[in-house]
Amino acid sequence: MSEAVNGRRGALPPGVSLSGELKERLREGSYLAGEGLATAIFLALKLQKPLFLEGEAGVGKTEVAKVLSRMLDTPLIRLQCYEGIDVNQAVYEWDYARQLLHIRTAEALGAAGEDRSRLEDELYTRRFLVNRPLLQAIEHQGENPPVLLIDEVDRADDEFEAFLLEILSDYSVTIPEIGTVRAARPPVAILTSNRTREVHDALKRRCLYFFIDHPDMEREVEIVRLRVPEAEERLTRQVARAVQRLRGMDLYKPPGVAETLDWTEALVALGAKELDEALIEATMGSVLKYHEDQQRVLVQSLNLLAGA
Amino acid sequence: MATEGALPVLRMAVAFGRLLRRAGLAAGPDRVVGFATALEELDVGSRGDVYWAGRATLCSRPEDFEMYDRAFKVFWEGREGLKVPNPPGSTFSIRLSPDSVQPPKKSAEESEEGSEAVRLRYSPVDVLRRKDFADCTPEEFAELYRLMADMRLSGAMKRSRRLEPAHRGRHDQRRTLRGAMRTGGEPMRHRYRKARDRPRRVVLLCDVSGSMASYSRALLRFMHAGVASGEPVEAFVMGTRLTRVTRELATRNPDRALREASKAIEDWSGGTRLGDTVKEFVDVWGQRGMARGAVVVLLSDGWDRGDVEVLADAMRRIHRLAHSVIWVNPLKAAPGYQPLARGMAAALPYVDVFLSGHNFESLQELSYAVAGATGRGGAR
Repeated sequence: MSEAVNGRRGALPPGVSLSGELKERLREGSYLAGEGLATAIFLALKLQKPLFLEGEAGVGKTEVAKVLSRMLDTPLIRLQCYEGIDVNQAVYEWDYARQLLHIRTAEALGAAGEDRSRLEDELYTRRFLVNRPLLQAIEHQGENPPVLLIDEVDRADDEFEAFLLEILSDYSVTIPEIGTVRAARPPVAILTSNRTREVHDALKRRCLYFFIDHPDMEREVEIVRLRVPEAEERLTRQVARAVQRLRGMDLYKPPGVAETLDWTEALVALGAKELDEALIEATMGSVLKYHEDQQRVLVQSLNLLAGA
Repeated sequence: MATEGALPVLRMAVAFGRLLRRAGLAAGPDRVVGFATALEELDVGSRGDVYWAGRATLCSRPEDFEMYDRAFKVFWEGREGLKVPNPPGSTFSIRLSPDSVQPPKKSAEESEEGSEAVRLRYSPVDVLRRKDFADCTPEEFAELYRLMADMRLSGAMKRSRRLEPAHRGRHDQRRTLRGAMRTGGEPMRHRYRKARDRPRRVVLLCDVSGSMASYSRALLRFMHAGVASGEPVEAFVMGTRLTRVTRELATRNPDRALREASKAIEDWSGGTRLGDTVKEFVDVWGQRGMARGAVVVLLSDGWDRGDVEVLADAMRRIHRLAHSVIWVNPLKAAPGYQPLARGMAAALPYVDVFLSGHNFESLQELSYAVAGATGRGGAR
């Protein structure tokens, strides 16, 4: 019976059958998701479809994968994309040095001559195969499928995108020398993009799509409370309000939630109970990462930020 | 509502999908099926569930959300009747539609003079290539567009991280070992591979404000030729705000591409706030990575009624991000031209190559500049 139930449940954790329940579970895992994101994750788990997340840097895209891996109690396998990434770096590669060594050894033992084909067969076996993230995710043996994070897809080039499309549709990899490896259950795939370029529509169509926005004031306060519980309530609210204002200030790089948390942690480390000018100036580097932005904020009066 | 069963859900999903398609969203059948499947897992009676399921399955970029929200209101909440699906700005599409290109006023005067017409008869293509776009008749435009279709817009080469087999370079263990099998495990012939070259991304930003009216149609055609050539080219138009038209221009059929693009442009020949739109480009796209290492081409007369400091600042940032910055100003061709427009003067220090772009020949020159033939530091 459990098997049949499992099929219907997709990859949802036990005890969760509504998106509201999932939202609660995410919260227990220190991730505060809005209704929309919770629904998208719920559907991704239930329908076993990849989830494609877009949004500014630092809004918590990668964090979704991390919290899912904690919540589902399954490893997080991460593939960081970059320009020029190819199958050898994403799926598998042969360990050439060991293969050569193996040949030498066989030679030294005088075995190379007659049964060369046997030697060749030996060379292309699992012993000499280096598993890269995608193969790891597909081969994963365990009760729950792993979480596969394909980070910053927009950085990879089109050739790789086409390849991903293939992998994400049937979760199998064919290694010519060994055969086809198929995933027992599809991994929970999370793709993220910073929109440096538009990812191909075909890839997006395979996925559920969600755009993560900056949180509003109340949610941000809650996030800080959840993640930096040691910060005083007054400080938490001040920081959240300051960050909200910074986002409205026409900066090169408006701070994301990641910066809010960094900033709060920095302030807590300095023993701050509430914001003041001196503290803001001292810790500014953890919220604003451009010199011009820092200048602009300094000019636009520190008092305003402290929010008296 | 939830008790209506699977069929009504599917039917509703299909009807909603049809509405979205009419509103301009790419909600194809597979997306609609995805939506219906998602609905089965959720509470169809809950507005939130339906709304978010639709956003996750039927939208694929933030730009879709506005239209989706509107369509959602109409369909699921029965508001505003059913007339919303016509995208805003559809009235403009008639004006931009390529077969209704208006002959600029000047051309009529010139054909009366006769001299142009006579010369045209001898070597039409040659004259046409040098003729100012502002003076061309619709027939001449049609001919020019045919010429443009053959243009290639390919950025200067850059080293890619992707490797390909080569005669020298880095050692290629995989292929060397494969070869070694044939020689009893002795790697007799070593193989190599090296990084491949690929063209840089080209980003085209075309000013479509009123002062550029005589040129922007031709330049938009040029942009279409660039995008449709299959090289990595991104296209934006700048009016009172910035609009990305890469997707719209990507179809092979130029008429359709322009019609699509005109739907997206809401402020065809509106006012000029050049600085703000260039800044918007850097903020939203450029800094995030689109301009990084790219060849950025601005097609504008540099007429800016806003604060020129904004433009100068945005140009400085583009200059720092991009491989090279090319400014194309149709007015530059006029004898004795001086960059007097305040915007132009402010932007010029951050421009590597300054070209005219008022006729076909100058656009060809542009395509050479983009390919790096002129190189950095060629500014005058």
